[in-house]
Amino acid sequence: MSILLNEDSKIVIQGITGGEGSFHTREAIKFGTNVVAGVTPGKGGQDLDGIPVYNRVIDAVEKEGANASGIYVPAAFAPDAILESIEAGIELIVCLTEGVPALEMVKVKKALKGSNAHLIGPNCPGLTTPEVGKIGFMPSFIHKKGGVGVISRSGTLTYEAIWQLTELGIGQSTSIGIGGDPIVGSTFVDLLKLFKDDPDTELIVIIGEIGGTAEEEAAKIIKGMDKKAVGFIAGRTAPPGKRMGHAGAIISGGKGTAAEKIKVWKDAGITVVDNLTEIGVNVQKVLKKG
Amino acid sequence: MKIHEYQAKKLFNDFKIPTPKGDVASTPDEVKKIAEDIGKVVIKAQIHAGGRGKGGGVKIASSPGEAYKIAKEMLGSKLVTHQTGPEGKTVNKVLVEEVLDIEKELYLGIVIDRSQKEEQPVIMGSSEGGVEIEKVAAQTPEKIVKVSANPVGSFSAYQGRKIAYGMGLDKDGAKKATRLLNNLYNLVIGKDASLVEINPLIITKEGELIALDGKINFDDDGLYRHPDIKELRDLEEEEPLERQASDLGVNYIKLDGNVGCMVNGAGLAMATMDLIQLAGGEPANFLDVGGGASSEKIEKAFSILISDKNVKAILVNIFGGILRCDRVANGLIEAAKNLDMSLPLVVRLQGTNVEEGKALLNDSGLKIEVAQSLDEAAKKVVSLAASEV
Repeated sequence: MSILLNEDSKIVIQGITGGEGSFHTREAIKFGTNVVAGVTPGKGGQDLDGIPVYNRVIDAVEKEGANASGIYVPAAFAPDAILESIEAGIELIVCLTEGVPALEMVKVKKALKGSNAHLIGPNCPGLTTPEVGKIGFMPSFIHKKGGVGVISRSGTLTYEAIWQLTELGIGQSTSIGIGGDPIVGSTFVDLLKLFKDDPDTELIVIIGEIGGTAEEEAAKIIKGMDKKAVGFIAGRTAPPGKRMGHAGAIISGGKGTAAEKIKVWKDAGITVVDNLTEIGVNVQKVLKKG
Repeated sequence: MKIHEYQAKKLFNDFKIPTPKGDVASTPDEVKKIAEDIGKVVIKAQIHAGGRGKGGGVKIASSPGEAYKIAKEMLGSKLVTHQTGPEGKTVNKVLVEEVLDIEKELYLGIVIDRSQKEEQPVIMGSSEGGVEIEKVAAQTPEKIVKVSANPVGSFSAYQGRKIAYGMGLDKDGAKKATRLLNNLYNLVIGKDASLVEINPLIITKEGELIALDGKINFDDDGLYRHPDIKELRDLEEEEPLERQASDLGVNYIKLDGNVGCMVNGAGLAMATMDLIQLAGGEPANFLDVGGGASSEKIEKAFSILISDKNVKAILVNIFGGILRCDRVANGLIEAAKNLDMSLPLVVRLQGTNVEEGKALLNDSGLKIEVAQSLDEAAKKVVSLAASEV
């Protein structure tokens, strides 16, 4: 089992004919992902390796039964692409695009509230359910099917954590990068609730970073859960007032430091790992204790 | 992106938010000329840092002669405040403004609140202006009034009234404050600002509301649709190496340590800095070359990294997904050759084409340590940096 992306997912790729879109679509198909359609306005009627391309998301829904989407369009068009997916009734929307203005995300979040859709991203590596499929950039070789749910605000740091698990023979249910922007679609809180109800997720690895209050909000949910969590927070050495790559990774007004977040997590019963290279072994230890 | 007070005030005027009469100047003669027109003036140093008043960057002149004298001292000097660091910042411009009779000082601000409860712009007002709002929030939170705005609809007058009456204004003041807030809100939405602050917003003896100070930060992700705002960037305010890096399209931030690092991905880059500290060293920088870096980009990023003379050893940490390890290895080899690199270099590669990458590095004949694990790499680079000192 898994969350969000499962055997019933039929994926449409928005921006499938672009460089990024076509490359990652092919990678995803090699991984076993069920991509049923693509959308590029103006290129309806074409195909990518036999996958039909449509002008509108609604066509992919009506003709191919698409119920999930991956968005690889430039930042200026990404909010529109998300809204189009929401309107077409898509249930899982994954937006990989970097550089979406925060005020656009404010609008998108209002639209999401009136729908059944889950949005992952923007500015994220996407999500993978091993042996089912992936939407996004995560390298295919790092995954192994199993019972650990992984959620993170980062990209490569997530791969690092997943790879440590896999090397130790510990598999994952679903791994998700939620994105590094100040306002993202699905938050730690939203996804923790899904993992909590997933019978096959035994333990959760959560990777946070400096800036904002997402980690503090997550702690409240984890405190009330009967599943164990292992956590890591990046940015202990980050200086205040500087944007550390991600738009959301900034200590402002003295708030959002790693020290604060680590304390809140420890108080919530999360096993917080200090050394990035020891995420896997800590999960192993916690799993053994049962 | 940050801008100067004088630029913020020009934008305020564009959005019909009143500011004191005045102008910006970069020479003492210009300052004198403005003072001749206005009379008694306040001269304010224009740097991207708070605490200018306490640092000696805000001074009053009663005559044009005095204004000239103050400007001569201030322009070109280094101003040190609690936000600039001990090295201070050079004052290249000053804002020269009329001195107003202040009846009361208030605070107004709009910020995009990223907490899950809000995820939208929030308007804040306080009767306690002229002091740091963080201090008011910590000590007397009841003196801050907040209201959530919603950019899908337009600003509603009741939101302004909620703030205005909450700040203790009378009917006339509330009317003016509501209008001003509406304009300020339009500025945020119209220009993709992530934070706007007027602190203080003053009420003059004549009952006028005027923005005595102004601070605006912009969402970098929104700049593509505001070329006019992009032009307000002051390159002089930026660390020269950080400026070079941003022109190159990589994220680099200079720190004080001596272990340089180059990583793909922002989260992993931060975590690598933390690991260096955990191994007993201090990171010299944050450097994220991104997911799809070319050999050429890696070489350029490397040249920025080694222009920091504090750097004694370098750790390269790459988790290759889309970015293939052999490509990284080629970039490193080219960089080490072309830049005549003499610093010890420890490389940890993991992921796609890792064996090919390692082989390339080992066969290069260069002084490159290929580490088997990340932990080993961190320990090695820290000890190498320590022995170079």
